[in-house]
Amino acid sequence: MTAARDAKAGRVAKAAGRYEPYAYFQLMEVSLRELLVEKGIVTDDAIAGAMAAMRARGPERGAAMVARAWLDPAYKARMLANGSMAAEELGFEVPGLRLIVIENTPDTHNVIVCTLCSCYPRMLLGLPPEWYKSRPYRSRVVREPRKVLAEFGLKVPTKVAIRVHDSNADMRYMVLPRRPAGTEGWSEAQLAGLVTRDCLIGVADPALPKPRRRAQAARPRKPAKRANTRKPRKS
Amino acid sequence: MGSDPIFRPGDQVRVRKAAPLGHVRTPYYIRGHAGVVERICGAFPNPEELAQMRDGLPAQPLYRVRFRQADVWPGYRGGAADVIELEIFQHWIEA
Repeated sequence: MTAARDAKAGRVAKAAGRYEPYAYFQLMEVSLRELLVEKGIVTDDAIAGAMAAMRARGPERGAAMVARAWLDPAYKARMLANGSMAAEELGFEVPGLRLIVIENTPDTHNVIVCTLCSCYPRMLLGLPPEWYKSRPYRSRVVREPRKVLAEFGLKVPTKVAIRVHDSNADMRYMVLPRRPAGTEGWSEAQLAGLVTRDCLIGVADPALPKPRRRAQAARPRKPAKRANTRKPRKS
Repeated sequence: MGSDPIFRPGDQVRVRKAAPLGHVRTPYYIRGHAGVVERICGAFPNPEELAQMRDGLPAQPLYRVRFRQADVWPGYRGGAADVIELEIFQHWIEA
């Protein structure tokens, strides 16, 4: 909890006119943090900075790895052999991360879950979405993956095998999705732009942006009659 | 020094069916089920020991094991080729 959040919690408590003690783990976190700061091991600024960086991180690093793999078969081979080294190859520091990258193919679709808690390659994908940590996702995607994926809008044909990956111990996982058709000649940055967080978890496939119809054409035309009954504007 | 892996990719293995107390990283739903070793992930300190503030050594070999969904869930609705993979520590495996 940051100083700002402490202050906010304090204001809330004051406004409500009641005393709200810290919960067990909040108290432990604050005590530990204050001790570390008092002993000069870290500074408040360093902690706030690290938290801001963690919150600001999105899936861009994972997306960059996917785009590189789509363009460079040798890189893809290295990535599938050792995900952590492939991340470091692109300059992403991932200390302690043991990453396994799993490839979607025409025959197999992969999806990732952590049934025991919320293990997730945060160094590459940022903070996990709330649903990833929720009990319904964690308990259902292992036993009825097709139904859960359909709820995400992803219909996987029965002839395509689904491979669920439980991130239950020391490894972390990222899906290498299939490159969409129609992206021939695209730049690495353009390709990376197609790769969303959900694609990297396996609950979505990368899709080309739908061609935008001109606003005028897209709007259903109202019957002309009604328009004509309007009073003509004074000019 | 870690223990040596005694299983190889492709080996048929079965997860122990046990219910010890403590910080166990083997989910209940997979205990007692049979699968095939997909890869060896390395060796890691035993999380059940780490949770007791001990060093967890010797490190336990960790395997990626693949199970058929139809074997794991009675009445599983989906493709016959659907699978689920988990990380299983060597001390949770019986040949």
